Amino acid sequence: MAETLLELTSISKTYPGVRALDDVSLRVYRGEVLGLIGENGAGKSTLMRVLGGVIAPSEGVIRIGGNDLARMTVSEATRAGIAFVHQELNLFENLDVAANVFIGREKLTGGPLKLVDNAQMRARVTPLLERLGADFTPNTPVDNLSIAERQMVEIAKALSIDARVIIMDEPTSSLTISETERLLEVIADLKAHDISVIYISHRLGEIMTCADRVVVLRDGRTVGELARHELSHAAMIRLMIGRDLKALYTPPKRSPQPGGCDIVGLVTIAYPDRQIDLSVRRGEILGLAGLVGAGRTSLARAVFGIDPLLGGEIRIGDAPVGVASPRDAIRQGIYLVPEDRKKSGLVLELPIRENVTLASLLNYARMWLVNGAVERKIAKEQVRSLSIKAPSIDMEAVTLSGGNQQKVVLGKWLSMQPRVMFFDEPTRGIDVGAKSEIYALMRDLADQGVAIVMISSDMEEVIGVSDRVAVMHEGAVSGVLEREQFSEYNVLRLAIGQALETVEAAAP
Amino acid sequence: MMKKELGLCLLLAVISAITGAINPAFLSLVNLLNMANLIGLFGVFALGEGLVIITGGIDLSLGSMFALLGVVFIDLLTTYQIYWPFALLLVLLGGLALGGIQGFLITRLKMQPFIVTLCGLLIYRGAARYYTSDSTRGFGYGDEASTLSTIASGNIGGIPNTFIFLIILALILGVLLHRSVYGRWLYAVGKNEEAARFSGISTNIVIATAYIISGGLAGISTVLFVFYTNSVSPSSFGNFYELYAIAAAVLGGCSLRGGEGSILGIVLGTALLQVLQNLVNILGIPNSLNFAVMGTVILVGVLADQQLQARRRRKAALASLARTAPRSTLVQAKQSASPPRVAALPTRTGDQA
Repeated sequence: MAETLLELTSISKTYPGVRALDDVSLRVYRGEVLGLIGENGAGKSTLMRVLGGVIAPSEGVIRIGGNDLARMTVSEATRAGIAFVHQELNLFENLDVAANVFIGREKLTGGPLKLVDNAQMRARVTPLLERLGADFTPNTPVDNLSIAERQMVEIAKALSIDARVIIMDEPTSSLTISETERLLEVIADLKAHDISVIYISHRLGEIMTCADRVVVLRDGRTVGELARHELSHAAMIRLMIGRDLKALYTPPKRSPQPGGCDIVGLVTIAYPDRQIDLSVRRGEILGLAGLVGAGRTSLARAVFGIDPLLGGEIRIGDAPVGVASPRDAIRQGIYLVPEDRKKSGLVLELPIRENVTLASLLNYARMWLVNGAVERKIAKEQVRSLSIKAPSIDMEAVTLSGGNQQKVVLGKWLSMQPRVMFFDEPTRGIDVGAKSEIYALMRDLADQGVAIVMISSDMEEVIGVSDRVAVMHEGAVSGVLEREQFSEYNVLRLAIGQALETVEAAAP
Repeated sequence: MMKKELGLCLLLAVISAITGAINPAFLSLVNLLNMANLIGLFGVFALGEGLVIITGGIDLSLGSMFALLGVVFIDLLTTYQIYWPFALLLVLLGGLALGGIQGFLITRLKMQPFIVTLCGLLIYRGAARYYTSDSTRGFGYGDEASTLSTIASGNIGGIPNTFIFLIILALILGVLLHRSVYGRWLYAVGKNEEAARFSGISTNIVIATAYIISGGLAGISTVLFVFYTNSVSPSSFGNFYELYAIAAAVLGGCSLRGGEGSILGIVLGTALLQVLQNLVNILGIPNSLNFAVMGTVILVGVLADQQLQARRRRKAALASLARTAPRSTLVQAKQSASPPRVAALPTRTGDQA
C-alpha cells in the first residue's frame, strides 16, 4: 500500500463520565479517500477534533511526518497539512472569497503599516478556483455564494495551505444532486493530486462511490474496516448498528379518507411564476421530495402563513381556509414542524413546559392569566406520551438531545387538535432510535385521521415512510408516485424535472 | 430565577447598613421617605423600559418624552385652563401614542429600536423647546390643579404617593409579566422571535404593545415629575432619565439581548440606584462623582452576575454529563421506549456529536 501519511494509535478521549473515544487506531495513506461512518455519537467528530488539534486525546499517540506526538495544537495540525471542510461552514459572509481563503494569514503590504494586500491574495486564489472548476471570482462576496460554492471556497482554503489531508464532515448534507456529483469529482481530482480525503457522511451511496476504504466507528470504538471491494450498503449498516436493515414502512391501519388538505394553484414568493397543486388525504403520509431549493419549504411556510400567499387557495375538507398568519393556520389545525428546530421550533432557553404550551396557552387561560396547573398537566402528558427523556418539565429545552428537542416541538402541536401537519425534515440530526419513534408518531397521527405532509431530502425516509410521494421541481409539483412506483430512480427523475418513463409509470 | 433578586436585596441591605453605620442620618425617617419618593418617581418608567428591554429592544426617548408631555401638560392646565382629569387623560394618551408610533416604526417598518428611539429623543426634546421657545413653564399662583398635585406629590401616613403608585403599578405589571399569557409571549419573543412566530404568536403586536406600555408609563411619570419640580424647563427636564431606567433594568437583571428580567428586579434596581445617589450625598462624596459611582456599581454588578451565571451553567453541564454517562444504557433505554411494532432502522443518522 501507499505511504502512511498519518497514524493514530490507541487514541482514547475521556470526558467526565463519558468515554468518547476508546482505543481507536486509524491510518491514513497518501492519496486515498477514507470513508468514516458511524451512528450519532459514535465518536467521529471527536476523532476529527483530535486530528485537527482542537482537543487533546487522553491517551494514545499521533504519528505524523515521522514524529510521535501525544497531542497537537491547531497550528501544528495546520502545519502538518490537515485541513477541515466543516459541516457548518465557517466562512465570513461579509468578506470576499480571497479574504476568506487567507483569513488569519493575510498577505501584507506597506511595510510597517501592515496593510492587507488584496491584489496579491486575489492573484493567488484565482488558480485554486480554476483548479476546482469554480465559476466565481476571488472578489465575489461569500454572501452571494451558494452552499456548494462556499464549500469550494473551503476546499480552496485547504489547497492554499498545501493540505495533505482534507477532512470533510457531512459535506453533502445541504447540496443538490448535481452539486454532490461535482463535489465527488473534485474529491477524485484531489486524490489524483495525492491529497488524502477523510470523508464523513451518512450518505452511504456517496461513500460507496468515492471511498477507497471505510472505517466504521460505534460507541467510540473502531468496529470494522471495509476495503473497496467489500463495500456494500448492507455491510456498512451492519457494522454501524450491529443489526440488519429492516423495512421502515408501516402501512396505515385503514385506507386514507378524503377531506384532507387540497392546495390549488398556490403561488409562493419563492417562485412567483409557478403554481402548486397538491392534495393530501386524511390518514396518509405524503412524502414531499425534491432537490434543495425546489420550493418545498416555501410551500410549507406559505400554507402555515409565515410567508404571504401570492395566489391560489388552500382547502380543508372542501372548505377554503384563509391563512394570513401562523395564528390563522393554527386556528384551522394546520401545523408546521419547521426545518430548523433550534431557530424556529423552540425557544431553547425556556423550559420544556413553556415550549410545549407556547402555541396553546391562550386556549386554557382565564382572563389572559396562565393556568399553571393545566399547563403543567398538559406538558406532563406530552412528555409522557412522546416519551421525552428529561428529568423534569422545567428543564430548559437546550439541555435535551436533538431527538428529544424535536419531540418537544411535536408536543407543542399534539397538545392541540391537528388536521393537517407539515413536517419539514423531521429527523435531520436525530439519532436512529429517536428517528423510528418519530416515524411511529407520524403514523399514529395519520391513523387518527390527520393529513401529513413530510418534506424530506433523505431518500430512504421518503421511500420508506410515505404512503405516496409528491416530487417538486423548480417550484411546481412534477409528479406524484404511488407506493408501487416508489424507487430512488423515479423520485430522482421527477426531482430533476424529467417525466417518468412510461414503463415505470405504468408498472403495477 | 429568584436568586438574582435575592442577591440584589442582599446588596441593597449591605450597602444600606454600611452607609447607615457611617452616617446614621442615612437611616433617618426623613431620608428614607425622601428616598422612597425618588424610588417611586424613577421606578414607574423604569418598569416600562424593562418591558421594552425584555423584547430585546430599547427605549431611549423617555427623558425627552417627559419634557414634551410636561410642557404640554402644564400648558393645558394653565394656558387653556382644562379641567385636570382631561389634561391628565390627554397626557396619558399622548404617551401611549408616542409609544405606539415608535412601536409601529420598529415592528411594521422593521427599523432598529435604538435608532427609532434615539430619533424620538432628539425630536421630542426639540419639539418641547420649540413649543415653549425654550422658556420654562410652571404653575402660576392660582391652584390650577391642587387636587391632582395632592394626589401626585402627597403622601398617605407619611409614605409618598409616588412610592405607592410604583408598588401598585409594579403589582399590576408583575401579574402581566409573570402570570399572564402576554408576559409569556413577551419572554418568548425576546428570546427567540422566530420560534414565537412559528408558534402562532403575533410577535409584532407583542413588541409594539411593550413600547405602548412604556409610553403610557412615561405619561404617568411626566405628571409625577411635573408636580415634583412644579415647573418644566424644556431643555433640561428629564435629561438622561432614560439612562437611569436602562441602568435600573440592567442592574435588576434584564439582559439587553432580551428575554430576561423581572418586575421585582427592576424595582430593586431602581432602589439600588437611588440608594447610591443618596449615599454619595450623605457620605460627603463630591457630587461630581455621582455618575462615576453609579457606573462602577452597575459594571461590577453585571460582571459579578455574569460570572455567577457562567459558574452555574458549568455546574449544570457537568451534572448533565454525569447523568448521561453510561451511553450504552441510554441507547438501550431509548430503543426499548420506542413502540415495539415499529421495526424501523434507518440507515442514515444525523450527527451532532
